[in-house]
Amino acid sequence: MQQFNDKMNISVKDCRLWYNDFQALKGINMEISEKEITAFIGPSGCGKSTFLKTLNRMNDLVDGCRIEGSFIIGGIDIYAKDTDVNLLRKKVGMVFQKPNPFPMSIYDNIAFAPRTFGTKSKSVLDEIVETSLRRAGIWDEVKDRLKKSALGISGGQQQRLCIARALAADPSILLMDEPTSALDPISTGKVEDLMTELKKELTIVIVTHNMQQATRIADKTAFFYLGELIEYDRTEKLFSCPSDKRTENYITGRFG
Amino acid sequence: MKKGDRNTGRVFYTALRILSIFMTVISVISLFTIIIYLLINGCDKLSWQLLFGKYGDKPSILPAFIGTLYLVAVATLIAVPIGIFTAVYLVEYMNNKGKTVKIIRIAAETLAGIPSIVYGLFGYLVFVVTLGWGYSLLGGGITLAIMILPVIVRSTEESLLAVPDSYREGSLALGAGKVRTVFSVVLPAAASGIVTSVILAVGRVVSESAVLILTIGMVVNNLPETIMSQGTSLALDIYYFASNGYPDEASATSVVLLAVVLLLNAAANGIGRLLKKKTGEI
Repeated sequence: MQQFNDKMNISVKDCRLWYNDFQALKGINMEISEKEITAFIGPSGCGKSTFLKTLNRMNDLVDGCRIEGSFIIGGIDIYAKDTDVNLLRKKVGMVFQKPNPFPMSIYDNIAFAPRTFGTKSKSVLDEIVETSLRRAGIWDEVKDRLKKSALGISGGQQQRLCIARALAADPSILLMDEPTSALDPISTGKVEDLMTELKKELTIVIVTHNMQQATRIADKTAFFYLGELIEYDRTEKLFSCPSDKRTENYITGRFG
Repeated sequence: MKKGDRNTGRVFYTALRILSIFMTVISVISLFTIIIYLLINGCDKLSWQLLFGKYGDKPSILPAFIGTLYLVAVATLIAVPIGIFTAVYLVEYMNNKGKTVKIIRIAAETLAGIPSIVYGLFGYLVFVVTLGWGYSLLGGGITLAIMILPVIVRSTEESLLAVPDSYREGSLALGAGKVRTVFSVVLPAAASGIVTSVILAVGRVVSESAVLILTIGMVVNNLPETIMSQGTSLALDIYYFASNGYPDEASATSVVLLAVVLLLNAAANGIGRLLKKKTGEI
């Protein structure tokens, strides 16, 4: 079995994806740089979330989904036969649209991934839990209630808990699928600050419907439309002088 | 709409409302009549002798207690693991669809609808006659296990289906495999529903009689020595007492059985709530 190396960039060539007969992605080529935030924007159904999920193979769970193309992460082809999907998902973490903490204690939520990969020592787990919660900026809010259920904290806290839970797996890439769309503006601000902080150590890819959010946090932005990657550039460039007419129409609110 | 129509409508709805109140009163009264009747007739016979005495000149239900315990143990030890694993396979691995699942579902629903005496006949033919065990608590327990199996499968399935997919996705996205996802995240999240349904199934075992007449032999006056002994159960004792000239003892035993079922239902509720509190769902 191949081993992932320490490279944190993503290289995708000619990604084509079908849901049964419907082609959702029509040949995407993309190089995502390490330790940057890359935002995917585009109207609903344009394939941006679908593309995000090809990067940690969450589409494998969808019946009738077929994927072609080359996806290189950490030096290996993640769709190769001998790739360990579990190790891939450990290296490429994911945060979902709706906060989804497990119905167990805050501590057990964070310790879930390390335990999955064999960490048993209580002192090691304690340390991972504290570090992960600190990195997600939520330690001070929950340190006195680690043994309480994770369902008892607010939605914004739950989402940062889910980020901490993903960080506890020690990923090098973090995929975020509209992570703030269910949150209030203050929680959204906290999550955005957190992302800016985390990109010092991680590659972050975020799907967002909020174009202001993309301009606030993303180094690069990709515009998807009808299953194609229309434009992919530095964020300032894409929003100030887009080179494609469709991008311009979308960011000026003429469709989508 | 004319005014007359509106009045007719109002009279009609008022009549419906009064009818529902009337019917509710009838159901409540009939229920309480039974309970009060049992309490009046049974309570003076509720003696130490009846409950825990040695079966001699005076009857005792101690053998029935022991027999019932054996039956509950055998039935749950067999039906609970088989039922839970079956439901896990159907929901988590077959994704609850496909031909096989459909066939198993039809089989389970048919089995759940069969009158229990038919299970009794099956148990009699297999364990008593074919295997030559004679009447035995083990044979009765296994037959009861087969009887409650579809109930446990069905309710475990429901509990698993009620677990949001976002838990499964979250777990898989952290690099946990299928097995760890199912056993560390999904099953604990479904635990309160599963435990509740298991306790309710125990209630069915405790109150079952038809199956046992044909499988455990209704020996009311001897403590069962082993699991292969003949025996009796609380529900069977009621039948025995009522048909052998001890109607008041039958009432007393009914009171005991009623209390046991009440306790089980309370336990089902209590433990269900406790588990939900532990996971933070309430």
